[in-house]
Amino acid sequence: MEGPFATAFGLLLAADPVLMQIIGLSLRVTLTAVLIACLIGLPLGAALALARFPGRGPVIIVFNALMGLPPVVAGLIVYLMLSRTGPLGDLGLLFTPEAMILAQVVLILPIVVSLTRSVVEDIWAEYREQLQSLGAGRLRAVPTLLWDGRVSLLTGVLAGFGRASAEVGAVLVVGGNIAGHTRTMTTAITLETNRGNLGLAVALGIILLTLTLTLNAAAWGAGQWARGRLG
Amino acid sequence: MGAGAVGMTHVRAFVPSILPLRLEGVGYAVGVKPLLSDVSLTVEPGRRLVVLGANGAGKSLLLRLCHGSIAPTSGRFFWADGSPRPEAQAMVFQRPVLLRRTVAANIDYPLALRGLSRSDRRAMVARTLDRFGLGAMAERPARLLSGGEQQRLALARAWAMRPEVLFLDEPTSALDPSATRIIEEMIESFSAEGITIVLTTHNLGQARRLAEDVAFLHRGRLIEQGPAAAFFAGPKTTEARAFLAGDLIW
Amino acid sequence: MTPTRRSALLGLASSLAMLAALPAAAQEFITVASTTSTENSGLFGHILPIFEAETGIEVRVVSQGTGQALETGRRGDADVVFVHARAQEEAFVAEGYGVQRFDVMYNDFVIVGPSDDPAGVRATDSAAGAMAAIAGAGASFASRGDDSGTHVAEQGLWAAAGIAPAGDWYLSTGSGMGATLNTAAQVPAYALTDRGTWLSFANRGPLEIVSEGDPVLFNPYGIILVNPERHPHVKADLGQAFIDWITSPEGQAAIASFEVGGEQLFFPSAQ
Repeated sequence: MEGPFATAFGLLLAADPVLMQIIGLSLRVTLTAVLIACLIGLPLGAALALARFPGRGPVIIVFNALMGLPPVVAGLIVYLMLSRTGPLGDLGLLFTPEAMILAQVVLILPIVVSLTRSVVEDIWAEYREQLQSLGAGRLRAVPTLLWDGRVSLLTGVLAGFGRASAEVGAVLVVGGNIAGHTRTMTTAITLETNRGNLGLAVALGIILLTLTLTLNAAAWGAGQWARGRLG
Repeated sequence: MGAGAVGMTHVRAFVPSILPLRLEGVGYAVGVKPLLSDVSLTVEPGRRLVVLGANGAGKSLLLRLCHGSIAPTSGRFFWADGSPRPEAQAMVFQRPVLLRRTVAANIDYPLALRGLSRSDRRAMVARTLDRFGLGAMAERPARLLSGGEQQRLALARAWAMRPEVLFLDEPTSALDPSATRIIEEMIESFSAEGITIVLTTHNLGQARRLAEDVAFLHRGRLIEQGPAAAFFAGPKTTEARAFLAGDLIW
Repeated sequence: MTPTRRSALLGLASSLAMLAALPAAAQEFITVASTTSTENSGLFGHILPIFEAETGIEVRVVSQGTGQALETGRRGDADVVFVHARAQEEAFVAEGYGVQRFDVMYNDFVIVGPSDDPAGVRATDSAAGAMAAIAGAGASFASRGDDSGTHVAEQGLWAAAGIAPAGDWYLSTGSGMGATLNTAAQVPAYALTDRGTWLSFANRGPLEIVSEGDPVLFNPYGIILVNPERHPHVKADLGQAFIDWITSPEGQAAIASFEVGGEQLFFPSAQ
């Protein structure tokens, strides 16, 4: 058997259509999940940082704890929701990429919310009186704080991306690992492991890691650029 | 619009003036501990009022109360236009927070909050950058400026809000002498435009240079106020005399 | 607007476009809940393109353990179940979840173990005898332990041998056939596996077949349409079309023509 690195390189070089489809689906599912989690989680986390209401402490604790939610459990929850006999069964979303996106949103939303709250709380402590002086109310402060915390927030978003791109438990349960339809990098790795094709599984792992590395490098570069340009 | 065209026209012309500001028995306490008690004072339009006192006398607190950052626990504020917190006033904090954006974006931010149109904002930002010689650094990140440049930007940002009265809390405490001189010149030019200045300082030299009126705080109480010349020539209270003497010895 | 903000907005817009570009169901499809062993063997990759080319119906196979696959059918999340645990399949139909069970094919189970055969399984002449030898020697045995068809068959063998397996030597992996074989290759341990998975399994390590051929190791696959009376959204027509095809001479020939390493894995058995 040739080494996994050679296998990985060969697969990429051949631009195998099945592999490209799997990579494309993985990226689509995970990036969409990250985007949705950000659209919900950034304002929610910022609101949690600025708002004072009874029960705020427990809400924060719950979101912190949910960062450790096992992917399989997230998958099962979404599975039971989307199953034909579940409350959202009529949508017919089980075993579709949309179901996988939903499961990954459930997984990474707590990360985005918790890290956003923490980052925004720190900036708010520094900015509060100044923003008030300049005429910004709490609500108007939210986008300002998110924008000024963008470099730190990027780390949280990347953590969410990392968790989503690496997990297999949730997408396997709700996606079903259907060839050509819901097979992602991680479920393909699981399948090849089960077939005893350990070399191919490792090769796919190397490709996944390369993708993750590339995206992280791009994000880090963007962060450095923003820091240099905008302080 | 060039630097020369600014002059008196910068201050809002047709809005009823918010000054004088009258304080009646203003106090602020945390729990049972009073930090400021029974301050009655009038901020007259067009003057430069310097608030003096030792560390912890309550100077900074008094400015933040006037500005409306915090609400007094006793006493009242009366702005001449009758509003609780008029818009035509601004404050530069002892440690002003500059946003993590460009110099130009920092000036633009409060203007956007006030609902100015995009073209009005662009014109005002350009005019402000020009007025304070910040044009060359317009696109630089504000947080990467030197201390003196940051303070200039903070003052410029406040100026762009077209205040009738500007509260300045220790505006030069962290600056070297040359930067201090630039800031003092800026303050004098504001004054020349008709902007009322209320300023705290622990620097007696600065107080003598800038003050037209003086308010002297001691342990949270206003114990002496009046024209600066009279205050520096013959302080009426022993505390003020000791304070000024301390300056001479030091 | 600053260039930074503009590029951030562009990024957002392109991400939204990506979301919109998720593939829509372009053609008719059915969902088949089947077993990991069938999927892992590569059978579906061989026969489904033939069916899809002929009918234009896409078959989406969700491969799970037999227990989970039947549960998927019970919940109405698949149109067809295609599994190998006869008693459970008949119960599935009897309870009204399935319409009718059809024989499709069979393969057989084999017992694999370390090539040095520490329990002397090669000397036995029945599957039950092999299990008794393993338990008697206290040699490691890796079990699926996941309520799958293979696991159910294994439990039947222990019962036939009159043994309730328990102890340090009995490793219940609680995972699929491939994962269990990976474990068995590492320990090394004996294991019961379907021949299909075994033949296509690449990471054998020291394992080889030590017992095969006993008629009780016969492993029949059945296919069942999920009952549309219970789950009205089930695509009964399309599902039945697949069942009709796979049990037709043509479908049966497709199954018979699937080989791994020159060996036929599944033997057609439709009536």
